Amino acid sequence: MAFHKINVTINDDLEQVVVPSNMTLMHMLRESLALTGTKNGCSAGECGACTVLLNGEPVNSCMVLAVECDGAKIVTVEGLAGKKQLDPIQEAIVQEGGVQCGFCTPGILISSHALLKRNPNPSEDEIREALVGNLCRCTGYVRIIESVKVAARMQSVTT
Amino acid sequence: MTMNTHPSLPEFEYVQPATLAEACEFLASHAVEARPFLGGTDVFVRMRDGFLTPQFLVDVKNLKGLNDLHFDPKAGLTLGAAVNMNRVIASPEVKAYYPLLAEACRSVASYPLRTRATIVGNICNASPAGDTIGACLTLDGVLHIHGINGPRQESMASFFLGPGKTTLKLGDVVTAIHFPIPPKGCVGMYLKLGRNQLSDLSIVGVTALGYPDSNCKSGYRFRLALASVAPVPLVPTQAETYLANHSITPESVHEAARLSTDACSPIDDVRGSARYRKQMARNLSAKALAEVWKKLN
Repeated sequence: MAFHKINVTINDDLEQVVVPSNMTLMHMLRESLALTGTKNGCSAGECGACTVLLNGEPVNSCMVLAVECDGAKIVTVEGLAGKKQLDPIQEAIVQEGGVQCGFCTPGILISSHALLKRNPNPSEDEIREALVGNLCRCTGYVRIIESVKVAARMQSVTT
Repeated sequence: MTMNTHPSLPEFEYVQPATLAEACEFLASHAVEARPFLGGTDVFVRMRDGFLTPQFLVDVKNLKGLNDLHFDPKAGLTLGAAVNMNRVIASPEVKAYYPLLAEACRSVASYPLRTRATIVGNICNASPAGDTIGACLTLDGVLHIHGINGPRQESMASFFLGPGKTTLKLGDVVTAIHFPIPPKGCVGMYLKLGRNQLSDLSIVGVTALGYPDSNCKSGYRFRLALASVAPVPLVPTQAETYLANHSITPESVHEAARLSTDACSPIDDVRGSARYRKQMARNLSAKALAEVWKKLN
């Protein structure tokens, strides 16, 4: 099987990685770059634990080949916060207790961050629809959804 | 060597052709062992599960023109094969002229999956459960295909031959789907029954489109397409003809729903039994037709 040398910007750092054809973006992040914030849940695009931003849009990184990301910009949960400040959705999820075991949290954060970017003031239905691909088996979603609402309010105050 | 701690994709070679001609040639000369892919949302899952074992995956999504979304108020809408479903949903032209298409896309999986999923991929996958296929059938979609003998067009109506089987030939790449401007005053809807309200595959899906048509005795033309109830996405033509020839009343709507159920030949699977599917196909057909009729008046 062939290996490919790719250049990819991950959380603002340019990385050069050699990847086999069948390596997914998720595996590259976790196993070649030790960015283990991105979780491997189902490996089938259903649970959302591996959600990252690919050129600004959320994707299931288990459903993207690493080789396809040559030249792309990736943001993982490790790159969500600024140097000194958490992203509003991170602040909000801490404040509202939207975390229990934490396995789904990286994906929830990325999906919510992307939602708030494209829709700064989402309704509860829109939040639920945006998070339909992020499964949480602990909290029952109430506090997660509340966190997204709080993050939206935080953002509207700061902007 | 890195050890894969989780089951991953089986081995294959990734091929990225520079031109459409190169893609077609490669696919034609590697008949059995190569497969084109766009977002991979179906192909990767089936490879992981061992149903597909291609030696080469040919990435066609970056080929010239495949990412274009073009609307012309006279000619209609052309979606490049690689235009993802989120782009279709967000397009103002789709919202204004083809809301049924956006509604169908929205019923597919989740936002992150739709960043990768495409309508053309959904069609080429040729699953009877394909959520966007009903909208493409009722909106008279035409596929633009590039083969080893050059480009050609094929109507959606005659494209499906069986589960996963289409009229595509060796070396063919679908480059776009085109929709004419929809009939004046048309109203459409997609009713999807899944095991949950959002994100699951359909147990039964019903797409209905209706519009005033003076060529029909009833004054209206209705189009129907049913998902997950036959080996191919099903167009119950007898039901459509019935409604064209009989005044639209609660009784005729129920008769049309019965006729569309008669055309179904569903199977039992993990999502539902054949018997349940038949009953729900009838209920959902009646509901979709009644709702469309209500909006038409």
